[in-house]
Amino acid sequence: MGIGVAVTMILTLVGVSHGMLEDVAARSRGTGADIMVRPPGSSIIGFSGSNMPEKVVAIVRQTPHVTLATGSFMQSIGNLESIAGIHPDEFNAMSGGFRYLSGGPFGAKNDVVVDEVYARSKGVQVGDTVDLGLPWRVTGIVEPGKLSRMFAPIEYLQDQYSSLGKVSVIWVKVDDPAHIQAAIDSLTQELTGYQIYSMDAYISLISVNNIPLLKRFIAVIIGLAVIVGFMFVFLSMYTAVLERTREIGILKALGASPGYILNILIREAIVLAVAGTIAGILMTYGTRSLMGVFVPTMTTIIVYEWWPYAAMIALVGSLVGALYPGLKAAHQDAIEALSYD
Amino acid sequence: MIEIRDLKKIYRVGDVDVHALRGVDLSVERGEFVSVIGPSGSGKSTLFHILGGLTPPTSGSVHINGRDILGMSEAQRTELRKTTVGFVFQKYNLLPTLTAAGNIAIARDIAGRSQEPDPQFDEMLKELGIEGRLQHKPRALSGGEQQRVAIARALVNHPAILLADEPTGNLDTENSIAVLNLLQDLNVHHGQTILMITHNPDAAAYGRRSVHMRDGRIVD
Repeated sequence: MGIGVAVTMILTLVGVSHGMLEDVAARSRGTGADIMVRPPGSSIIGFSGSNMPEKVVAIVRQTPHVTLATGSFMQSIGNLESIAGIHPDEFNAMSGGFRYLSGGPFGAKNDVVVDEVYARSKGVQVGDTVDLGLPWRVTGIVEPGKLSRMFAPIEYLQDQYSSLGKVSVIWVKVDDPAHIQAAIDSLTQELTGYQIYSMDAYISLISVNNIPLLKRFIAVIIGLAVIVGFMFVFLSMYTAVLERTREIGILKALGASPGYILNILIREAIVLAVAGTIAGILMTYGTRSLMGVFVPTMTTIIVYEWWPYAAMIALVGSLVGALYPGLKAAHQDAIEALSYD
Repeated sequence: MIEIRDLKKIYRVGDVDVHALRGVDLSVERGEFVSVIGPSGSGKSTLFHILGGLTPPTSGSVHINGRDILGMSEAQRTELRKTTVGFVFQKYNLLPTLTAAGNIAIARDIAGRSQEPDPQFDEMLKELGIEGRLQHKPRALSGGEQQRVAIARALVNHPAILLADEPTGNLDTENSIAVLNLLQDLNVHHGQTILMITHNPDAAAYGRRSVHMRDGRIVD
């Protein structure tokens, strides 16, 4: 059970890390853009914080092969969430438009549209006023998958956060996917220092290995999971050996060598590790379902590539954990062992 | 078969030396059934442990089948337990997670004989009367049945000596008699050498010869 919990902990944390990034990638893909332009010196994750003049959008529009370009202003409201300030007509033309599950587009300046995941997680309905740093009135709930979970009129958002005339990212559509690289080359010449990515290149950059902080975070969490798993296996094996002291004494009385006894304990540790890994993988599906219900904004995925790693961690932890009590048991005095109750 | 001369065993308990055996002399011939009778603390269990290679003697000599236990290493004593001695304990000492058949099989496995067919042992199982109970775990067996399984386990590798330590100590009268009759049959019909430790004179009477122990010595 403990090995299963350790395996679940590892796989769930990896699943959350990958899921959050995959969610960001999917929502970026949902904009319908072919190219994105970010300000100089900006991060590849988190669009808010770094802005550029909105007039850059006009420069982008004049670039060869560009058919559409629209700027978004992203404002962080904490908890890794951002409101996207958009030009609705331009954004709809780029992305194919929102599909409203209830309500409709914003009309007044402090109106907001949220996606279904956000609405479900916060229990928000059309007509409600939500506090996202500022009071916003929800006018529509849309299907998720396009850029953000919250959308507001760009001018009002820029104004409220002292960023009039600024955008965080420019989404660009070209006339033919074959011309994406040509458009990027032209934009790079025009906009020196700006970060210009094709969407494919950008999405490939959004991975755990390309984000050093996340990579270290996962390493620390997995390290803790390994230690917890190891300690559990060690203590369970130690307890199991103590509980079976008399049985080990019987085996010794029958002529079992220390190697024979150690062999039994190691085989048991392997069985325990395999069973724990299978249970842990199954429980990961459970935690994913639970998180989908209770924390829907935290996308969790099953990362199959991590199953062998989790299994190896469980196996090595079990074997090392079994070795100490195993050696102790194998060399135990048979008479003492037989008198153990 | 067994030659014991001036056998002494001293245990160290804290700062105190406990003289469990103070110079035991005993000879047991092949095919004998010897009962060792004595009160608690007389040293009979220590004698049992030394003969079974569970603990080394302090001094003296103990020859079993011509080999002296005194100079044996732990590995050699393990080998002795595997090949030469079979144990029957008062508390049966069956492995609770295994069936009766599993308990017998593991003794064969430890001796490295698990693949060998053994018609002689199969015949012995019939005599023990546990053929129909082999697929049951110890908790599903009566005390008498458990002790018969323990006897089968002790005999499965055809040991030269069967050491029985209070084999009827946990049994009622009916089962005690059955087990003692069984031991007697094994001795009479199969020539099994048996050394049985008991504090019960009635049980001791099943042996062909009895020796009495007191205060770490054989008194008669």
